[in-house]
Amino acid sequence: MHDKTLTQLAKALGSGELSSRELTEHYLQRIQQSGAILNSFITVTADQALERADAADQARAKGTASLLTGVPLALKDIFCTQGIKTSCGSRMLDNFDAPYDATVVEKLKTAGTVTLGKTNMDEFAMGSSNENSYYGPVKNPWDLTAVPGGSSGGSAAAVAAGLTPAALGTDTGGSIRQPAAFCGITGLKPTYGRVSRYGMIAYASSLDQAGPMARSAEDCAHLLNVMAGHDVRDSTCVARGVPDYAETLNAPLSGLKIGLPIEYFGEGLDPEVEKAVREAVSVYESLGATVRDVSLPHTHYAIPAYYVIAPAEASSNLSRFDGVRFGYRCDDPSDLIDLYKRSRAEGFGDEVQRRILIGTHTLSEGFFDAYYTKAQKVRRLIRQDFLDAFEDVDVLMGPASPTPAFDLGAKKDPVSMYLQDIYTIAVNLAGIPGISVPAGFAGGRPIGLQILGTHFAEAQLLNVAHQFQQTTDWHLQRPDFAEESA
Amino acid sequence: MALEDSHVRRAAHLARIAVSDDQASGFVEDLSRILDMVDQLQGVNTDGVAPLAHPLDATQRLRADEVTETNQRDTFQRCAPAVENGLYLVPRVVE
Repeated sequence: MHDKTLTQLAKALGSGELSSRELTEHYLQRIQQSGAILNSFITVTADQALERADAADQARAKGTASLLTGVPLALKDIFCTQGIKTSCGSRMLDNFDAPYDATVVEKLKTAGTVTLGKTNMDEFAMGSSNENSYYGPVKNPWDLTAVPGGSSGGSAAAVAAGLTPAALGTDTGGSIRQPAAFCGITGLKPTYGRVSRYGMIAYASSLDQAGPMARSAEDCAHLLNVMAGHDVRDSTCVARGVPDYAETLNAPLSGLKIGLPIEYFGEGLDPEVEKAVREAVSVYESLGATVRDVSLPHTHYAIPAYYVIAPAEASSNLSRFDGVRFGYRCDDPSDLIDLYKRSRAEGFGDEVQRRILIGTHTLSEGFFDAYYTKAQKVRRLIRQDFLDAFEDVDVLMGPASPTPAFDLGAKKDPVSMYLQDIYTIAVNLAGIPGISVPAGFAGGRPIGLQILGTHFAEAQLLNVAHQFQQTTDWHLQRPDFAEESA
Repeated sequence: MALEDSHVRRAAHLARIAVSDDQASGFVEDLSRILDMVDQLQGVNTDGVAPLAHPLDATQRLRADEVTETNQRDTFQRCAPAVENGLYLVPRVVE
C-alpha cells in the first residue's frame, strides 16, 4: 500500500478496494516499526487516527465522502491542533496543547483526511537540516548518515520512507523545497497568501507559507485544492478564487518558455546536481518547451537580505513566548524579569536565540535604517528581478539546492548552513510559488529540480511538474529503507 | 559595522534572554559572522527604491468594527503555567 501515491490511494478508497481503517493501520504500523530510526515524528496520534478512519469509512458507506476522505496524512508540528501537542520542535512548547485548530488543519479535517501524527522539524522552522530540533535530528531514509533537509525534515523523511502518503510543511526560505529535494519527494511552496497562516506558528510573517509534500505533483494538486483559499482570520491571506489544480495537470507543454537563471548555475553548484538539472531541462525540450538563459542579477543579495528580514520578524513574533501565558516557565523565578529571561534562555535552543538576537539588534535604535530598511529595499529589487524574468519566460528552472543532502553534523558554522538556501530563499522574498521535483541521484542521494512561476501560477507549476512525472520515474523511486521496513 | 559585546548584551536584555558571560562571547562571534555576511547589502545601490514590506504590496484589510470573538478565557488559560481566579500568576511586581 505504501508504494502507492496519495492519488492512487484516494481512488482505491473511492472504489471500496481499501478501507481507511486498513490503510491507517498499515501506516501506523510502519511508523511504529521504523519511526524511531528516522525520528521523523514528534507525536503519533494512533487512537484519534483510527477513530477518524472509522468515521471516514462510514462517510464512504453513506455516500458523503470527498476525494480525500479517509486518506492518512502527517502534519508538521508547527500547525496548531486542538487536543494534540504542538511543539514547533521546541522545548518552549513541549507542554503546549493548542486551544484551536489551524485553518488548514480544519480544512483537511472537513475534507475527511486522517492525521497520523505531527512531524519533527527544526525549532520554530529555523534551520536547513532538521538538526535544530529539541527532539533530536531526523535521518534521511536514503542514507541514514545524511540529513533530510529542513526545516520540514520530518515531513519529507516520513513521506520518502512510506510512513505517510503525504505531509504538510511550511516554507519561509526553502523549508518545503529543500527537504523535498533531499528526500526525493515533491514539495510545493505556494504564493505568499495563497494558504491561510492562521494557527501556523509564526516565524517570519511576511515570508511564511504552508504547502503540500507528497510523492507526486498530482498528489500536491489534490492537497492544495483543499488547503488554498481566503480566510478572514489571516489578514494576509489573499481573497482570490481557487482553481481546480488537478484539472489542468494534463495541459500540453508545447510552446512553454523556460528560463534558466544563469546565477543558479554558477560557482558552488555540485556538478552532478547541475548535470541532473540540465538533463531534466532537456526532457522538457523533448516535450516541446523552449529554453533560454535569463538573469536574476540580485540573487547574490537574497541571503543577506533574508538574514535581516526573517530574524527581525522572528524577534517580534517570538516575543509572545514569555513564560506567562503558555509554554515553558523556568523554576523559581526571583522576579518578573528573571522569569522572562530564564524561561526564554532555557526554552529556546541556540539557533532560535541567535536569530532573536540578530533581529533585536538590527531593529534597535541606531541600526534600523542601515539593516532593516536597506534589506527591504533590496527585497524589492529581488522581486523585480523575477517579475522582469517572467515578462520573457513562463517558468524558471534550476536546482533546489546546490548539493544533495549533506552528512549529519557536517555544517557546524551557522553561516555555512545559511548558504545552503541560495536557490530557494529569494523565492520567499519575492512571494512567488516554487516546487521541487525529484530529478536524479548523486551518490545514492536524491536531487531536486526547482520550478518557479509568477505569483499565483501554482496550477502552471503543478502542470509542468506533472508532465515531467509522466515522462520520468524519479519520483517513484524508493529508498531501500522503505522496502526493508515493509 | 563591528559587533561588540555591549551590543549583544543590549539585544539580549531587550529580547529578555538571559545570557551568561561565556555565552555572550560565543554570540559575539556567531552574530559577527552573520552580520559580516549581511553587510554585503551595503554594496547594492538602492537609491530611489521603496522598501518592500509585503511581497504582494498589499495593505491591511479593514473590517467592520463589530464584536466577533466570544470570551474564551478559561480555554486559553488551560495552557498557562500558573493561573488563579482567571488571572495569570507571576512573581510579585509591586511590594
